Amino acid sequence: MSKIHEAFAKAKTENRAALIAYLPAGYPSEAGAVECIAAMVEGGVDIVEIGFPYSDPVMDGPTIQAAVDISLKNGTKSATVIETVRQVAAFGVPALVMSYWNPIERYGVTKFAADFHAAGGAGVITPDLTPEEAGEWVTATSNEDVDRVFLVALSSSDERISKVSGVTTGFVYAGAVMGVTGARTSVSDAVQGLVEKVRRHSDLPVAVGLGVSTPEQANEIAQYADGVIVGSAFVSAIERGGAAAAKELAVSLTKGLGKS
Amino acid sequence: MAALDEVDEAFRKAMVDPSFLAQLKDLQVNYTGRPSPITVAERFSEHAGGATILLKREDLNHTGSHKINNVLGQGLLAQRMGKKRVIAETGAGQHGVATATVAALLGLECVVYMGEEDTKRQALNVARMKLLGAEVIPVTIGSRTLKDAINEAMRDWVANVDTTHYLLGTVAGPAPFPEMVRDFHRIIGDEAREQMLTRFGKLPDAVAACVGGGSNAIGIFTAFIPDAGVRLVGLEAGGDGIETGRHASTIVGGAVGVLHGARSYIMQDEDGQTIESHSISAGLDYPSVGPEHAYLADLGRAEYRSVTDVEAMDAFKLLCETEGIIPAIETAHALAGALTLGKELGEGALILVNLSGRGDKDVETAAKWFGISL
Repeated sequence: MSKIHEAFAKAKTENRAALIAYLPAGYPSEAGAVECIAAMVEGGVDIVEIGFPYSDPVMDGPTIQAAVDISLKNGTKSATVIETVRQVAAFGVPALVMSYWNPIERYGVTKFAADFHAAGGAGVITPDLTPEEAGEWVTATSNEDVDRVFLVALSSSDERISKVSGVTTGFVYAGAVMGVTGARTSVSDAVQGLVEKVRRHSDLPVAVGLGVSTPEQANEIAQYADGVIVGSAFVSAIERGGAAAAKELAVSLTKGLGKS
Repeated sequence: MAALDEVDEAFRKAMVDPSFLAQLKDLQVNYTGRPSPITVAERFSEHAGGATILLKREDLNHTGSHKINNVLGQGLLAQRMGKKRVIAETGAGQHGVATATVAALLGLECVVYMGEEDTKRQALNVARMKLLGAEVIPVTIGSRTLKDAINEAMRDWVANVDTTHYLLGTVAGPAPFPEMVRDFHRIIGDEAREQMLTRFGKLPDAVAACVGGGSNAIGIFTAFIPDAGVRLVGLEAGGDGIETGRHASTIVGGAVGVLHGARSYIMQDEDGQTIESHSISAGLDYPSVGPEHAYLADLGRAEYRSVTDVEAMDAFKLLCETEGIIPAIETAHALAGALTLGKELGEGALILVNLSGRGDKDVETAAKWFGISL
C-alpha cells in the first residue's frame, strides 16, 4: 500500500476524513515553509501538499498567487522544492508536490519523477495536465512508484471522470467550486454529487478542496469524502501569525473531520 | 474541459451552418467593410532592393485592425451558445476595443482584463472601451502585462463559465482556440490570394506578417500554405535584440514549453518560469506564440525572424513618409522584415505584407521615439 493510501486508511479506521494541507515551497521562506509544515503536522495534518511556485498559476486565487510571488522573489528554484520534499517526508507524513506542468517538463519528466522519489516524495498533483497528454508522466511515475493525482470539477462529465480516474493512483482531487483556490464562506452542495459520481468510476480515495477554510466546512465534507484539502487558509494564517497560527488552524480543522 | 468541449462543439456546428456563415458574411461586408484592398506601395518599394511590396490593408477594417475578424466570429458564437457575457484579455488594447465593439453590436455584457501597466500606457484605448460600454479591469498581479491579463481572464472564465464566453484574442491558448481564431482570420489570406491572381495574375513570392501570438500572420498564411512556391515569413519582436535577452521572439529565441494550455515555444528560465517579454509594441509583447506557428516553423514551411525596436521604427517612419500610411508598430515589424526580404529576393520579386493595423493608437509612443513634442 502506498504512503498516501496508508494515510487515508488510518483516518478511516479512526472514523474520520484525512486532513490535507497545502503550502508553497519557499513561503514565507525556504526554512520558514518547513517550519510551518512541521507545526501543521503537529497540529494534525495527515498529508502535505507542497506547492511548486510558478509564475502563471491560473488555477489559484489572489492569496496563493501572492504567496507564490513572494516565494519566487525569495529565489525558490526546483532544487528548493525537492529539498523541501526531503525535509517534509522526514516528518513521517506523505509529502506531495502540487505543480503546474511546465516546471516539471522543463526539469525533465523522468528526472523529476526520479529525484522526487529519491527525496522521499509520495505523489504529485498536476492540475493542468490532462489525461490525454499524460503518457510520458504515467510511465515515469509508474517506474518510480510515485502516486499521481488528477483533478475533477463540478462540470466534469462521467466520461471525463472515468478518464481521469483511469490515470490517477493516489486520490481523486474534487474541486468544490467552479473557480480558483481561495477561502469561501460556503461549499457548494453540488460537490457531494460530484464525489458520488467519482465513486461510481473509482475505488480510490476522494478528497475535496478549493474554498475550504473552516472546521464547519470540513465537517460537511467529511460526511461524504475521504479527505479535506485546505490551502489558502493556511497561507493566510501564516501571513497573520506564522507557524503558531498554522498549527492552531490545523488543530481547529481536525475537530471537523469526524464522520457522524 | 467541459467549457472547452462546449466551445468546440458550438464552433464545429456553426462552421457548417449556412445561417451562421451568412450572418458572419453580412457583418464582414457591411460592418467591417470587407474585402480589404491591396495597395501597391510604390515609393516604399524603392527601399526594398528592387522588389515590389504589396500591402493587404487590414488597417482599413472597422476598429482599425484585423482583430475585428475574430471577434465577430466568436461574438456570434457566444450568442448562439446563449452566453450573455463576454470577457477578453488585451495588451495594447486593440483586441479589447474590438471585443467591446462586438459586445455593443450584439448586446452582450463585456469585461476586459488589461495589465495595470498597459492601462497606463494605453489610456486612449481604455477610454474607447469604456465609451463602448465595456468594463476594464486593471490586472495588478504578476508582471501586470498581457500574460497576467490572460491568467485573470481564465480565472474569471472558470468561475463564470455558465454565463460567459472567453473571447480569446489570438491563436494561442487551449484547443479549440488556436484553430478557431485561425479560421475566423483566414479570410485575410483567402481574399489576398484571389486578389493576387485576378489583379496581378500570379501569387506573391513571399508573404510577410508580424507575429506576437500570431493571429494576423496565421490569417494571411493559411490560404498560401499549399502553395509551395510562396515563402511564408513571420517577423517576431526583437526588442533590444535577441542577444540582450530583452525581446519577445519566442520562436527565434525561446524553447518548447506549455503556457496557457498550449504547447509551443515560450520564453522561460531554467526552472520553467515564464520570463517577461520586451518589445516597443505592446501587441507583440507576449512570451509565447500560437502552436500552429511553432508547427509551421518545425516543418520548415514558414520561417521566423526577429526585428528589433529600432528596425521596426525605421520602417514605421519610412511607410509614413513614402505612402501616407501610419501603421501600427506591430505591423512595422513586418514592414522591416519585408525590406530585408526584398533585398534578398531582388528585382521583380513580389512581397505581400499583412498591414494588420493602423497606428493611431501608437502616435504617442512614436512621437516619443522620434522626439516630437506633444
